This record gives sequence, structure tokens and C-alpha cells, in this order.
Amino acid sequence: MYKYDTYDQAMVDARVEEFRDQVRRRIDGHLTEDQFKPLRLMNGLYLQLHAYMLRVAVPYGTLSGAQMHALGDIADKYDRGYGHFTTRQNIQYNWIKLDEAPDILADLAKVEMHAIQTSGNCIRNTSSDQYAGAAADEVTDPRPYAELIRQWSTFHPEFSYLPRKFKMAVIASDTDRAAMRLHDIGIQIVRSDAGELGCAFYVGGGMGRTPMIAPLINPFVPLDQFITYAEACLRVYNRHGRRDNKYKARIKILVHELGKEEYTRQVEAEFAHLLTQNIEPPLAELERIKAQFADPGFETGLSDQLDRSDPDFALWVDNNCVTHKAPGYIAATISLKPIGGIPGDASADQMRLMARLATQYSFDELRVTHAQNIVLPHVRKDQLYALWQALDEAGLGTANLDLVGDIIACPGLDYCSLANARSIPVAQKIGQRLAAKEQQIGELKLKISGCINACGHHHAGHIGILGVDRKGTENYQLLLGGCEGADTSLGQITGPGFDEDGIVDAVEKATELYLSTRAEGERFLDTYRRIGMAPFKEALYG
Amino acid sequence: MAEAQFRFRDDEPVGDPGVTVDAFGDQSNAAAVRLEPGDEARDLLPHIARIRLIEINFPVYGDGRGYTAARVLREAGYTGELRAVGDVLVDQLTFMRRCGFDAFAPEVPLDPADAQAAFDRYPEVYQTAADGRIPIWAKRHG
Amino acid sequence: MKLLTGNDLKSGAVTWWDGVQWSLHVEDAIDVGDHADTILARESAARRVNAAYAIDATKDENGVRPAHIKERIRALGPTVRPDLTLKPADPAAGQWVI
Repeated sequence: MYKYDTYDQAMVDARVEEFRDQVRRRIDGHLTEDQFKPLRLMNGLYLQLHAYMLRVAVPYGTLSGAQMHALGDIADKYDRGYGHFTTRQNIQYNWIKLDEAPDILADLAKVEMHAIQTSGNCIRNTSSDQYAGAAADEVTDPRPYAELIRQWSTFHPEFSYLPRKFKMAVIASDTDRAAMRLHDIGIQIVRSDAGELGCAFYVGGGMGRTPMIAPLINPFVPLDQFITYAEACLRVYNRHGRRDNKYKARIKILVHELGKEEYTRQVEAEFAHLLTQNIEPPLAELERIKAQFADPGFETGLSDQLDRSDPDFALWVDNNCVTHKAPGYIAATISLKPIGGIPGDASADQMRLMARLATQYSFDELRVTHAQNIVLPHVRKDQLYALWQALDEAGLGTANLDLVGDIIACPGLDYCSLANARSIPVAQKIGQRLAAKEQQIGELKLKISGCINACGHHHAGHIGILGVDRKGTENYQLLLGGCEGADTSLGQITGPGFDEDGIVDAVEKATELYLSTRAEGERFLDTYRRIGMAPFKEALYG
Repeated sequence: MAEAQFRFRDDEPVGDPGVTVDAFGDQSNAAAVRLEPGDEARDLLPHIARIRLIEINFPVYGDGRGYTAARVLREAGYTGELRAVGDVLVDQLTFMRRCGFDAFAPEVPLDPADAQAAFDRYPEVYQTAADGRIPIWAKRHG
Repeated sequence: MKLLTGNDLKSGAVTWWDGVQWSLHVEDAIDVGDHADTILARESAARRVNAAYAIDATKDENGVRPAHIKERIRALGPTVRPDLTLKPADPAAGQWVI
């Protein structure tokens, strides 16, 4: 894991004091709310439905045990004993007081964490593959590149007042587990035929009201130029991105309106110029960071056998664990989706327990996934049963990864001031309704957003649900066929929307059609792609 | 012309009002020009040797195009005064300074103590920009 | 009727204008008639409230009821965490929101 040096610590400490000063100026009236709002947003502080909300950055989703422990302590000390893990691999607290927010940032800084640029029209926290460093299929660990981006983008003087927010993702395997092409910039680290590593740049993806899949604009940027290339991508956007209409201000609209070719031409011209400006950190800096992400000393000669005699454990292993690159190890996902629970929420006690278990069983490392779960990336198979028992006892042993109960849901109208409808109750009802059938149904990624901003990734759900406001009442549209990853596709709306109970019925009907129609080995998405929308419409509305 | 509240230069300020970029094209003797957010800073590059003052206007603080304009001008070798005018607030000063602004003429004057605290806030920087500060990565690798 | 609502600047808590000060309880809210803008300007400038605005509501024998579901959720608390609402002991409180 990356460790701050004195430089990194000084930057975060200075930020705490800056924010303390800004809060003081707001409370004593030197700053109006209009002036203060962008400043608090750049420190992740929103004013939500019930109180201030603080979004804390979890860079590329990686946490140490001490960091997760501190997140639990913050939930107890400053909030109401819980937090919410988000689809951007961050954590949010829902009940924050303005005058305590600087103290929270100070507590975070003690464990090398911050809330810098977790909101605002700036470069946000970079997301990555939750199995980075553990995945058998990666060409390299993508996190050092994400860390280099974190440092480059932190307090970037030119790109802190962009036309709109800007989200980046870095992955390093062909299996995209981070929805990379649905980001403003998605970078895939690739190996060339000559064996060199480089960056494939995908620019202009995103969800929201105009979902778009990012086109590839450069298949191979050398590693010693990729920060400069990103700077060129951002500069063209900052100069030419639309500022007349916030709904058309994301880079995806610029790339779409200019056309991929023209946007790329402008980026390449800017890139050629910026190469003369000494922007790129030397490869030695990347090597310094890489050294901190070295493998944590896996033991060799371990057995790959598991005792599967406990059927509940065996089910959890089959559903929640994935192959590790090191023999004798496995990557285990802790589901934050108990049946009928609130997707992504964890109590302070659960956070501290996960922290302890990470220290004990996973080289002190955890990951937050964009599906709002937690991963212990490096668990010895001969210790997996003991880990599972500890999780199960704490209500964290749900065996439903990527099943219909593993629902992604934004906070929705229960918490969010932008939402049009509640997301969580819908997730709870669907989870309860289909719990008995979820193993039979198999992989089915269901994603719910409470408004068109799509924090719940509904466009990318095999089944997506979008909450809308229809004359003051909650209404839910159903989408089918969305998918993130290497074969990214956007979901299509089935037809007229449903009320809260109606959408639960509709999801059940769609799964019934799938179960009665599926061919051997087909997932829900495969069946949908084979038979198309018409039979589903018939089942839903016929 | 907006009077600078903060100025980090020793030369005599230009007294002439800045002309618009359009007008500048027709007035080959103007020494001061004013750039609006939608103007193309690179249009000025053929003339930067004789320009002594460029005012970059921020009609609203959230429109960040002026940051790019400033850096583009400095990267091209412009050494005259670069003055931020308009909705210039305390908490944007550091970013502006880093992008090459060396004079600030806020529409509403700033509290000098708050402004000084902002200029002095960050002991280090992560990026190369237009202010010549040495980024952290360069210090790490001597 | 027209109500005024906003958040307490420091705590962020949802508040309602009761004619004298800002109350945590929507039942206390009064009809401000045509005076919304005047009160909002005065109270915001004094920083007794933050991000305040006027909303539509009705009042009958059951009390004050904001017209929009969003405001009813603000008035009560998250429907999915009844323990964290203003009426944790009332299991039916969530029904009022819908």
C-alpha cells in the first residue's frame, strides 16, 4: 500500500487548516453560502436532505486496517454510528455538523486520508479494479498509476474549475471490473507486442442523463508520457467544454459534438506542445510508488485445497471468492447486501471488525468495490473458513456476490437532495422477494438510481431501475440489457414506469421469463441479448 | 482598467485600458489587452513580445477557462503582467498564481490577511505549472 | 399555505420557520403568506438559517403536511431508518411520508 511521505502529509495537513479557515469564514459571515459551496464541495461536504454529508475519498478503493478502523471511529464520534460505501469506492457519512467537519478531516489526515476533490467540478477520486494486486489476469497492478494520477490531480491549478465533474478509472486487465469505459477518462494499462507497458486512453464515457461509452482515442501512450497525455485531454476539455448548460457540460458531450477524430486531433496537438513543458514525473517516481505496491510476501508451498464440508461456507466460497494470482490464496468479498438491508451501509462496529479481520487474514488490506461491497484481497485458503465464521457471526457472511440480491443502489430520496424517488426501499423489497430464487437465477446485476444522475449505475445493470418524479409521486422505469466491462452496453427502457410495488413485480416477471427461456449456461444478460426486448415487454405489459 | 489589489511585479503598471482581443487585431500599437473566457489566448501569441499587460476576466469564479489561457500564455513565453480581474475570490488565488497570474484586481476587494494566508497556504505543489515552483516529484528525485 | 424551511448553518439540521425562530418540527411551521422573501433575506443574512426556501403545504386537523414527498422526508427523516427519524417510537410515522 502507498504510504505518505512528509510531502504528502504536509499537503493534506495544509488542506485541513485551509478548510478550517474556510469554515470559520462561513460561520462568521465572511463567506456567503454561494461562495462557500464550491469550497465545501471540494472537501466532499454536501448539504443533503437531513444534514451535511461528508464524502471521504478512498483512493482507488484501497484501505489499510487502520484506515478502515478510523472510518468506523469517525462514524461513532461524528455521525450516527454508520457509513455508506458508494459506487465510486468512497464512503459517505450522512449526519455531519459543519463546525465538526474540519476535525473529521484532521482525524482522517492522521491515517493518511482526506476528502479532497470528492465533489466539485474538478478531477475526482480515481477508481480502479477491486482485485488489483490479487487478480490473476492483470498485466500489472494498476494502483501505482492511479496514485500518480491522485498526486497530479490534487489541487491541480488549471483543472479545479472545469465545466463539470471529472472521473477517471485505471484498470490493467481485459476483464474490466471498474466500468472503465463509463468514466470521463478510462485508462487500461496494456502490454505491447514488444513487451512494453503503456496506457490505452478511452475518453468521453459516462452515465447520467446522456449515457455514453467512451471511445478509444489512443491505444498506447508510453508510461513516461501518460500524465502529460491526461493533461492534454483535460486542457482541451477545460477550454472547449460547454459551460452554457450544465447538462451538456461533461466531456462526453464535447467528444460527441466534436467527434472522436477532431477531439483526438486537438488532444494530440496539445500533447505535442505539453511534451515540451516538463510536466511528466520521471519514471523513477512511478518506480518509487510501485515499490510500495509490491506483493505483501505471499507464502509459498501452501495447499490449494479447501474443506467444503460446511455447505453454507461452500456456498459463500462459490459465490463470493475469486481466484488469486498466488497459489494457496483467494480474494474474498464481504457482501454489504444482507437480505432486506440497505445496500452499502456498514455500522461502525462492522467497519472495525472488517479492519481487524483484514489485519488478521489479508495482509492488513481491504478494498471498496464499485458494487458497494468490501474485498479482503489476499486470504490464505487454509484460513478462509475461520474468516467466514467471523463474518457470518457479524451478519457479514451473505453469499450473494453478483446475484440479484447484490443490488447497487444510490441513497435516493431517503437521503439525497437531488433524488426524485427512493432507491433503498425498492432494493430491500426486491431482495426480499427474490431471495429464495437468487441462487437459481444466478448472475444478475441489478442497479437502482433515484434520479437521472445515475449514481446507482442503472444504465449498466442487467436490470436497471430509474426512479422518477411523476406529478409528485415516485415512479420507477425499468431498463434491461445494460452491462459494464469489456462488452459494455447501455440498458434500454422497457416502457411505461411502475409504482413501488409494481416495479418489484416487474422485476420478478422478468426473472421468471428468463428462468423459463434460458438456454444451457445462459446468464440473464445472455438470454436478454439472445431473445431481445419484445418477449420481456410482452411479459411485463401484455 | 481594473486597479490591481495585489501585484507581484516590480515594473511600472501599464496605465492604458486593455482593448478587446478583436480590437487588438486592428490596433497594432496597443500594449494592454483584455481576454474574455471565450477568447482564444493563442490568437495573441504572435504579439506577446510587445504586450505589457493582459487582463484575463473571470465574470464568474466558476468559469475556469482563464486558468488555461494564463498557462498557455506563460508557456509561450509571455513575460508581461498577467492580471486576473472580475470575480476573483480568496480561495482561487493560489490556483491563479500557479497558472501564471502575477496581479489580481478583484471586483470586490479581498481581506488582505485572508489573501496573504491563501498565497502562503501550501508549502509544496504536486505539479509543474507556470509559476516555476518545483513539484514534489522533482524534490523526491533530486 | 406557504412554509419556510432550511437547515441550521452549523448542525445542518432541517428547520422550519415558526414565526419567531427556526424549529426542528414541521408541526410548528406557520403560513408566511406573501412574506417569504422578506423573512428569508433577513434570516439568511443573520445566518440563523442556511439554504432556506419556501414550499407549499396544507394544514388540517392532522397537522401540517408539505405538498411534496421530498419535504415530508426532510420533515421526518429517512424512511429506511425509522430509528433515526424524529419519531423513532412511532412505527407508523413512515406512512405519513407516502
